[in-house]
Amino acid sequence: MTEFIQHLVNGLGLGSMYALIALGYTMVFGILQLINFAHSDVYMLGAFFGYYVSKFFNLSLHPGYGSLSAALICSMVGCAIVGFFIERFAYRPLRKSPRINVLITAVGVSLFLEFGGQLLFGADPKYFAPLLEAGEPIFIGGVQLNRIQLIVLGVSLALMLALQFIIFKTKIGRAMRAVSYSHTNAALMGIPVDFVISFTFMLGSALAGAAGILVALTYPKIDPLMGMMFGLKAFVAAVVGGIGNVTGAVIGALIMGVAESMVIGYLASTYRDALAFAILIIILLFRPAGILGKNVKEKV
Amino acid sequence: MSVLKGLWPLGAGLVFLGLLGQVLPAVMNPYYFSILIYAGINITLASSLNLVNGLTGQFSMGHAGFMAVGGYVAAFMNMSLFMDVHFAGMPNFVSEGLFLFLSLIVGGLAAAILGYVVGLPSLRLKGDYLAIVTLGFGEIIRVLILNMDFIGGARGIPGIPQWTNFFWVYGVALVCIVSINRLMDSSHGRALLAVREDEIAAEATGVNTTKYKVIAFVIGAFWAGVAGALFAHFLTYLNPSTFDFNRSFEIIIMVVLGGMGSMTGAVFAAVFLTVLRESLRPLQELTQLDFRMVIYSLMLIILMLTRPNGFFGTKELTDFGWFKRFKKKLGA
Amino acid sequence: MRALHLAIFSALLLTVSCLKKEGPAVNVTGAGGSVTGDEIVIGEVGSMTGGAATFGKSTHDGIMLAVEKINAAGGIKGKKVRIISLDDQGKPEEAAIATTKLITQDKVIAILGEVASSNSLAMAPIAQKNGIPMVTPSSTNPKVTEIGDYVFRVCFIDPFQGSVMAKFAYNSLKLKNVAILRDVKNDYSIGLADFFIETFTKLGGKIVVDQSFSQGDVDFKSQLTSIKGKNPEAIFVPGYYTEVGLIARQAKELGINVPLMGGDGWDSEKLTEIGGEALTGSYFSNHYSPDDMSEGVQKFIADFKAAYNRIPDGLAAMGCDAMLILADAMTRAPELTTVAIRQALADTKAYPAVTGVITINAKRDAEKSAVIIEIKNGKFIFKEKIDP
Repeated sequence: MTEFIQHLVNGLGLGSMYALIALGYTMVFGILQLINFAHSDVYMLGAFFGYYVSKFFNLSLHPGYGSLSAALICSMVGCAIVGFFIERFAYRPLRKSPRINVLITAVGVSLFLEFGGQLLFGADPKYFAPLLEAGEPIFIGGVQLNRIQLIVLGVSLALMLALQFIIFKTKIGRAMRAVSYSHTNAALMGIPVDFVISFTFMLGSALAGAAGILVALTYPKIDPLMGMMFGLKAFVAAVVGGIGNVTGAVIGALIMGVAESMVIGYLASTYRDALAFAILIIILLFRPAGILGKNVKEKV
Repeated sequence: MSVLKGLWPLGAGLVFLGLLGQVLPAVMNPYYFSILIYAGINITLASSLNLVNGLTGQFSMGHAGFMAVGGYVAAFMNMSLFMDVHFAGMPNFVSEGLFLFLSLIVGGLAAAILGYVVGLPSLRLKGDYLAIVTLGFGEIIRVLILNMDFIGGARGIPGIPQWTNFFWVYGVALVCIVSINRLMDSSHGRALLAVREDEIAAEATGVNTTKYKVIAFVIGAFWAGVAGALFAHFLTYLNPSTFDFNRSFEIIIMVVLGGMGSMTGAVFAAVFLTVLRESLRPLQELTQLDFRMVIYSLMLIILMLTRPNGFFGTKELTDFGWFKRFKKKLGA
Repeated sequence: MRALHLAIFSALLLTVSCLKKEGPAVNVTGAGGSVTGDEIVIGEVGSMTGGAATFGKSTHDGIMLAVEKINAAGGIKGKKVRIISLDDQGKPEEAAIATTKLITQDKVIAILGEVASSNSLAMAPIAQKNGIPMVTPSSTNPKVTEIGDYVFRVCFIDPFQGSVMAKFAYNSLKLKNVAILRDVKNDYSIGLADFFIETFTKLGGKIVVDQSFSQGDVDFKSQLTSIKGKNPEAIFVPGYYTEVGLIARQAKELGINVPLMGGDGWDSEKLTEIGGEALTGSYFSNHYSPDDMSEGVQKFIADFKAAYNRIPDGLAAMGCDAMLILADAMTRAPELTTVAIRQALADTKAYPAVTGVITINAKRDAEKSAVIIEIKNGKFIFKEKIDP
């Protein structure tokens, strides 16, 4: 029983990492109906921004919430800027093109960041010294937890609520929703569509930046290809939860994390990578819009 | 025999390739020769993916998975059955050719069956979702192979006989292109185009869209499997890592670069990219850095921004004015 | 008509006869070559980009260090050595085409590479066919050198290293129950795990659980939780340092306090950087120990540090050795032809390389002793030496 609960805790811990990245995917998709393939690589950049900032200012010598927030802010700002440029130069010119073209461009941007990153940062993994001490692990009846796991889970839930708030309760959120219905109508209503889309992208990229730092806090090894598989799984989680739905992303991510953990624990660990896609395929076949998504009837 | 009517150019082409295949390896530098072989395999891969992605308009990202299945099945069959066997009283290349041909068919069929199993459920999905699901299937196939010990798992299978030669590679490419062209000229082909242009309208006019999507997918998978079998018998070694999703992207880039929906474009881009990859090597020797993937990805982005229809759009060689005039001249 | 076809087909089948091939898997059909100009051109194939790039870069640095040393000492037979190094992105087919280019375009006299056995297995048939000697620094799969008599290696093979660790676990550490955590994407890891299990169970030990992960994973807690439930006395984690550091960390977090054990893929300063204190009390097999006071090892480490500003890892040492052994063979060869170099390589006896005293045996594998290293407070400490 203890082992089962431990697997559950591990799964939730892993799932909350996926959730951090899935949030960015789902928000951009919700507003723009665009799968931003490069999102997982912006997450990688986020981790590297944090790494260099922390190295430059020697933040890891004074671990604590102060250093962590400093790195978080730098990395979120850095990623927001990167996100702005990606949108401005790669996606905006294609706004009227078929969706498949945008998808291909997104794949191109993703590959560019991955392999550009290998040239720029070097291919070897870097050790990102923790900005916050994990402290002694907490044992509750034989089940182990640690502070960072709780922080990550808390942050991803907080971000989910914050996103909900931004999208549904603020003026810019209303503009975002209007843009997601129709660019033309939104523009006619006096909404600066370009600005809103840029904002959406910057927000999504800032989320990726935060995810980069927080994931690196748990797994202190970063490398230019770290976003590839991890990001893909996070994306799958977003689709499982119902892409475009913020709560769905977190739920999907937690389900993914727990499912992976259980498969490793009770079936065969070698099939872990196949599992994510198997779940995805099953969900898409029986509930194409995901767990919380709404089915949209296609019109002529 | 009416199906075969008008196929004499194909026969003549095959004979020509057979003769060329005798001459080329002797006079050509082996390095350029192997580039030529890979280009030929890529032509088959790009043309078959073009049938699915370009002509039928279904965006598949799992082509490498079918290639893997074809390669593994063919290699496994030949290594366990025919490796040390040959027909008495016949030159080696006859029995090798026969076994290779058999394994190409079997490998292709295995991939086609899998294509059916994968395609039937997933082709209900559209656009981005289909892309992700096919990508997922590609990865699942790779993970499954990784877990099969009898075909080497992560160690791969070394020592596959090197039976692939110029004739087989380009013969397959030729047959693949001709068969797809013929398909597109038939009423079935029109149905595929209708699915691409407007699925709902096609359905309304009585086209069974699911059936046609699956047909295109299965044929695409078959040729990918054949290409995989050729690949296995040229490289003589198979490893699951060869068939990861970067490989699928590579084939997609070929189709996109050539122009989705143009067979001419697919062929051109397959050759262009294979040659480009090698011609960028000197740059790498000079700088000690590998820019190739960066250049590829930049090319993809710039292409989408400036010329989203690729080199050829949906046009074929036969659609160009100068080609028509040329043909007329020949006829006159 | 149909019956006739059937008859012909069965007649064909009946005439099938079996001919077993003999000798090496691939025959030499190429002419080989010889050095003509005033420099010796050697080809290197490695992963400079892609998931395995960090291993390729290390190996490359090791090779270049050896080349600098050789050239500073006046080269081989008065000729300078030049390396042409090509990237294969960690893909077998790219490795094959790079090898073809090196041999037929650049006319290299010998080939160095690859780290991963999967890439070497694609390269070796080409080198063999063309009669060009190939020395792989760290491909441990026994099948690599079985391809032909032109293929050599300077590293251990999986069976040797796997059994070394198994014997050490059973005899020296007196362990009876061991868990396995292998990298299923990595042939090296699978090889080591398989041979460890074989030897360990033969000795009388028990494998309590066999779990796996994939290269590039960052979360291993689920595997470790399952392992913890089986109460092993140690965990054998053959893999690369890129993952082992994180595994050690997470094991400690879960309250697993048994030693981890591994192979030469652990040898890197990144291992202890990432794993930190969690690795204390773990053991791995290696070619040499950095606190080995022998002059060769110390000089190598000092030179490497001066050139690249970091401590060399095992792959760098192996890259250096591959080049040194090749250079030694070229020096001993009566003339600089591929045939003579091949013969000299095969005759290598007790050459004092960085990673130990190397003898090339009849299977063209390196015979050298292994050392077991214990990790204490981030330091690698020599534990014992095991001869082949």
